[in-house]
Amino acid sequence: MVAFFSAEHLTMRFDGLTALDDFSLELKEGDLVGLIGPNGAGKTTAFNLITGNLHPTLGSVFFQGKEITGLKPNRIARRGIARTFQNIRLFQDLPVIENVMISYHGRLRSSFLDAVLRTPLYNREERGMREGAFSLLEKVRLSEAANDKAGSLSYGQQRRLEIARALATNPRLLLLDEPAAGMNPQETRELMDFILRVKGDFGLTVLLIEHDMRVVMGICQRIKVLDYGAAIAEGTPQEIQNDPKVITAYLGEADLA
Amino acid sequence: MHPRRDRILTGFSIIALFAFLYWARGNASEYQVRLMNNCAIFVTLAISYNLINGICGQFSLEPNAFVAIGAYTSALLTMSPAEKQLSFIIEPLIWPLSVISVPFWISLLAAGWVTAFLAFLMGFPVFRVRGDYLAIVTLGFGEVVRVVANNLQSVTNGPLGLKGLAPYTNLWWSFGFMVFSLFFIWRLTHSSFGRAMKAIREDEVAAEAMGIRSFRYKMMAFTISGFFEGVAGGLLAHLITTISPTLFTFFLTFNLLIIVVVGGLGSITGSVISSVLFVIGGEVLRAVEEPFSIGSFRVPGVPGMRMVVFSLILIAVMIFARKGIMGRGELSWERLLHFLRAWR
Amino acid sequence: MTFSTFLQQLINGISLGSLYSLVAIGYTMVYGILRLINFAHGDVLMMGCYFAFYAFLIFSLPWWVSFPIAVLMTALLGIAIDRGAYLPVRKAPRISALITAIGVSFLLENLALVIFGGRPKAFQRPPVFGHAIEWGDLRFLTLSLWIPIITFFLILLLLFVVYRTRAGMAMRAIARDMETVRLMGVDVNRITSMTFSLGSALAAAGGLMWTLKYPQIDPYMGIVPGLKAFVAAVLGGIGNVVGAAVGGLLLGVLEIMIIALLPSLGGYKDAFAFLILIGILLFRPVGIMGEKLPE
Repeated sequence: MVAFFSAEHLTMRFDGLTALDDFSLELKEGDLVGLIGPNGAGKTTAFNLITGNLHPTLGSVFFQGKEITGLKPNRIARRGIARTFQNIRLFQDLPVIENVMISYHGRLRSSFLDAVLRTPLYNREERGMREGAFSLLEKVRLSEAANDKAGSLSYGQQRRLEIARALATNPRLLLLDEPAAGMNPQETRELMDFILRVKGDFGLTVLLIEHDMRVVMGICQRIKVLDYGAAIAEGTPQEIQNDPKVITAYLGEADLA
Repeated sequence: MHPRRDRILTGFSIIALFAFLYWARGNASEYQVRLMNNCAIFVTLAISYNLINGICGQFSLEPNAFVAIGAYTSALLTMSPAEKQLSFIIEPLIWPLSVISVPFWISLLAAGWVTAFLAFLMGFPVFRVRGDYLAIVTLGFGEVVRVVANNLQSVTNGPLGLKGLAPYTNLWWSFGFMVFSLFFIWRLTHSSFGRAMKAIREDEVAAEAMGIRSFRYKMMAFTISGFFEGVAGGLLAHLITTISPTLFTFFLTFNLLIIVVVGGLGSITGSVISSVLFVIGGEVLRAVEEPFSIGSFRVPGVPGMRMVVFSLILIAVMIFARKGIMGRGELSWERLLHFLRAWR
Repeated sequence: MTFSTFLQQLINGISLGSLYSLVAIGYTMVYGILRLINFAHGDVLMMGCYFAFYAFLIFSLPWWVSFPIAVLMTALLGIAIDRGAYLPVRKAPRISALITAIGVSFLLENLALVIFGGRPKAFQRPPVFGHAIEWGDLRFLTLSLWIPIITFFLILLLLFVVYRTRAGMAMRAIARDMETVRLMGVDVNRITSMTFSLGSALAAAGGLMWTLKYPQIDPYMGIVPGLKAFVAAVLGGIGNVVGAAVGGLLLGVLEIMIIALLPSLGGYKDAFAFLILIGILLFRPVGIMGEKLPE
């Protein structure tokens, strides 16, 4: 049976540096997998290779049976892989609701002439986008701020908005890059619930990068550990917690409790 | 939000505008009519330029090239074969241009489409680069267009240019097209397509990650700008009635750049306000360039001072008020009424 | 084309290339440090020539005094532009800096127009530069030989400053990572101003030598050479000083030789540089000797 998602031997080398070495990962539909490792281990590089922001030196990526290696990011997004960014890349100057509406644009059937003439087709689609975006905002509890500029939101709110925006692309696979960064324990707990809920409601497969071990150990079914660009361990949270290689890599760093 | 009220107010303003134009045709001086035509054309140019620069965020320096292409296309199509024979004294105009002569409105359409098509072709190399390089490449294309216009005797009549064009452009044409372009660009900007362009401006990587084909929308903004700037070029040609390569130097682009920046990059109403201010302000400042008297003092005129003032304004805006008059926002009826109410 | 004509044009090309090299170095150094295309650079060249003109005209200073003074004043002008116009927008988005640069360029051109007048002025070429050599059917000014030689030494001097002095090392470090260098206690603004002054001085030197060959100045004389020099900098690899020198030379020679071979295309020579630019950006954006194209 063909895997839902598989990255095979992804390697990224540039300027004499090997950012990622022989990275392979297979996901079944409905998986919730964590990708962890010290800073600079190559986690975000792996994401960038999957989403088409970088072209791998070696290796390939397959999604739902088809190869997606080297496709442009917008195509990969339309194929059903959505992501959030480590350092929040919202459309700062646009209202919150428009940030989410953007994600619907890829599925628009109207032409720009329809838009200019405000044909019934366009008006219907625009209404649909707005309603869909609003209901997503309600899910992330940002509907009150719908018309505020995205740049005016608090940090935690911005992170939630990024997730809503990613969900609006109607993905099958969701890549979350450090979604809990900068959150307090309360917010983190809510985030964990939220991820599980959304995963269930939308039938998603989730791959997440995180430093916060509460999140990783709390919700991930499987964890892969990177260090200096190479995979050093993969397994259940229990297995990873007790793996001496992982403990060495993290020596002095995150709290594994 | 009062969409019905807004639509009524907008409709009413347009009617008022055209009523005013009707009155002006009979009662305003030739100089004033010329000024009004200039305003309308510059508003059109400014909002088109604002589409690619301000809304889509692609810093291009293309207007002088597009306006030139539109002007020449339109002029070459409206001139009669006899006029062409008279003008092209060094080298005859190539066929079939030498025998074609079409009504004004067709020449304008052609100017728009030809320019849009060339914009489309240009887009392929241009959008391979970003930021500063995009600016330089579009500037380069502008130079290439100017050099070609100056040398292709058999098509553009080289440095001699085209003289004696029929003054077809009147208030109806210039303002009519201005209203059309305002309508089109406003509707486009305030649609999903405008949002896509703004997303590209805000963060192209994120936009791509959400499924937006950034190249396609940059192209869209560029070719639409090309269309409107081309038609505006045709209108300009038949207003000034003489065109030559020296008319379409970087100077024109620079003026439009000041206008859209001071108005607020990304704001349509900002561009409108700013272009009116600059056309009128430019005329007022022109007075500074002629000698004038204050009481019994005779102040000598300083030619060229106008542009010094404009350059200083641009630099000052960049240092102190980078967002310009309107920033990225629009002057809506809501805000205007609010402002008027507070003022009373 | 006869051999003597070929040689003649080659010499012209090398002279032109020398001018482009000197100006291109200024562009590339500023771009390397600030990631800014200094639109006003070509106009700074123009001001340098006017400084020399007036030093000679008003103060009757001999050329070997007025030229260095003009170069010095141009260096100061470069610093003034940096401090007055570019420093305030250092923290702003890069587009703002670019627009400011365009504004400064226009300001200089129109100030020159207002103050010096728009009509081209004849530059008094000192007699010592008027010597010509005849060799077979070749005839050229000794100046045409001196220009590349002087340019060569100026570039060597600059390379010495950039690669063998501490200030030069600071410049190269800032080009890599401005923030870190600032955190190390280096006065980044001072080094930046110094970069501007060096670039402007070189541009003035190039402009003066060029004016000696074609003794006429006008307020717009810096625009086209400025833009072409920028193309040369990109051709050689933006940010790379040797690349700028090589790019300048190459562009100058190419420009003259293409016209020499195909005289009918003469009117289009200004467009060549841009076609080359578009070509490079499409096919080899890092230029001949450059590193990765910065974003």
